[in-house]
Amino acid sequence: MHQGYSPKVYTGGTVVAMSIGLTLLGLLETGPRHGYDLKRAYDEHFGQDRPLHYGQVYSTLSRLLRDGLVEVDGVEAGEGPERKRYAITASGVTDVRDWLVTPERPEPYLHSTLYTKVVLALMSGRSAAEVLDVQRGAHLETMRTLTRRKLTGDLADQLICDHALFHLEADLRWLELTAARLDQLSAEVRR
Amino acid sequence: MSGPLLEAMDLYKSFGPTPALDGAGMSLWPGEVVAVMGPSGSGKSTLLHCLAGILRPDSGTVSYNGTELSALSDVARSELRRTEFGFVFQFGQLVPELTSLENVALPLRLGGMRRREAEQAATEWLERLEVADVAGKRPGETSGGQGQRVAVARALVTRPKVVFADEPTGALDSLNGERVMRLLVAAAKDTTAAVVLVTHEARVAAYSDREVVVRDGKSTQVELIP
Ligand SMILES: Nc1ncnc2c1ncn2[C@@H]1O[C@H](COP(=O)(O)OP(=O)(O)OP(=O)(O)O)[C@@H](O)[C@H]1O
Ligand SMILES: [Mg+2]
Repeated sequence: MHQGYSPKVYTGGTVVAMSIGLTLLGLLETGPRHGYDLKRAYDEHFGQDRPLHYGQVYSTLSRLLRDGLVEVDGVEAGEGPERKRYAITASGVTDVRDWLVTPERPEPYLHSTLYTKVVLALMSGRSAAEVLDVQRGAHLETMRTLTRRKLTGDLADQLICDHALFHLEADLRWLELTAARLDQLSAEVRR
Repeated sequence: MSGPLLEAMDLYKSFGPTPALDGAGMSLWPGEVVAVMGPSGSGKSTLLHCLAGILRPDSGTVSYNGTELSALSDVARSELRRTEFGFVFQFGQLVPELTSLENVALPLRLGGMRRREAEQAATEWLERLEVADVAGKRPGETSGGQGQRVAVARALVTRPKVVFADEPTGALDSLNGERVMRLLVAAAKDTTAAVVLVTHEARVAAYSDREVVVRDGKSTQVELIP
């Protein structure tokens, strides 16, 4: 096992909490669904690493209901939220459309723990090359796991793994470049 | 056999005042895929050439199956390369005058196989590498990605024990590079060939089982945990 912090895995398919509501809305655009049906559709397409909890689904749906983005399309006999079928409203459709054409903020990636570690290693006379090497090993190991998953997975798996692989590759290129500039950085840090 | 298939120790090689290899070494076990990584000019290709018996190191040893390559005659060494090793380079390795089929059949023909048999085997390998459709085309008439897959077919047609691949995807875009890697690694695993994969691309190296890093002619290998 490699030491050091584990590489952040960029799972492109995992929808962050903020956009779960919009994702559920998007799924509802294809037709009204029950909560459990929504959860299943979500997990199948986007939940590879992190399936939704039922609680999350129902709390999100009640928020969407409150905001007028979905409406109850039908209620079966019995009690509880799982009896309800939800449909998207016109303002829900507008929200989905607006969201899809609003670009995601490109990550500036300006805060790097690794940069901090490298500088601290140089300041304290430790081996910065080792910091970089250990990280390279951990990154590559994660990339191998993702590559294996990609080779046995379907197209969705391939696309999600590739997204993660390209980001990890970018980190690795930075590691290589920094390794090549350690002497220079060392001189500046000790000045 | 219990030791490594191929083992290089303490290799030194200079072409000028600064050494290209400065104490490098690595081992290769049967059937494993090892990525050789490192910056440009660090000595990766030189290490590969020494391992394959193409270059003779100034000092240090390379053993294949326990036999030191330097103990072999030139003839025996080329015979070893022809029968036990396969090669894939970045480009320019196919004979331009021959069709893909003839290129893949060539190593078998050089080994004395009859044309019909050789072309039969070559056809199977072209199919396996998903390039059966360019069997009748010459290298100038195929795309870079197709050409590399033909080259992989040619490297594997003799069922080598070791495939040496030096930046096999270096001239390809991501999609074609991935396709070459997927097919190369699958074919190597199927035939239990070991692979020495020189690359500076991490996504390509991620197809390996482990990596050796070369810097300034020195190597560090991630040890195999048996
Ligand atoms: N035939 C040769 N004649 C003279 N110098 C050479 C020869 N082959 C390699 N070198 C030198 O040896 C060093 C290592 O070269 P090598 O080709 O092994 O690097 P590399 O790691 O494969 O680089 P790249 O990633 O750019 O292919 C370099 O400084 C190179 O200029
Ligand atoms: Mg090279």
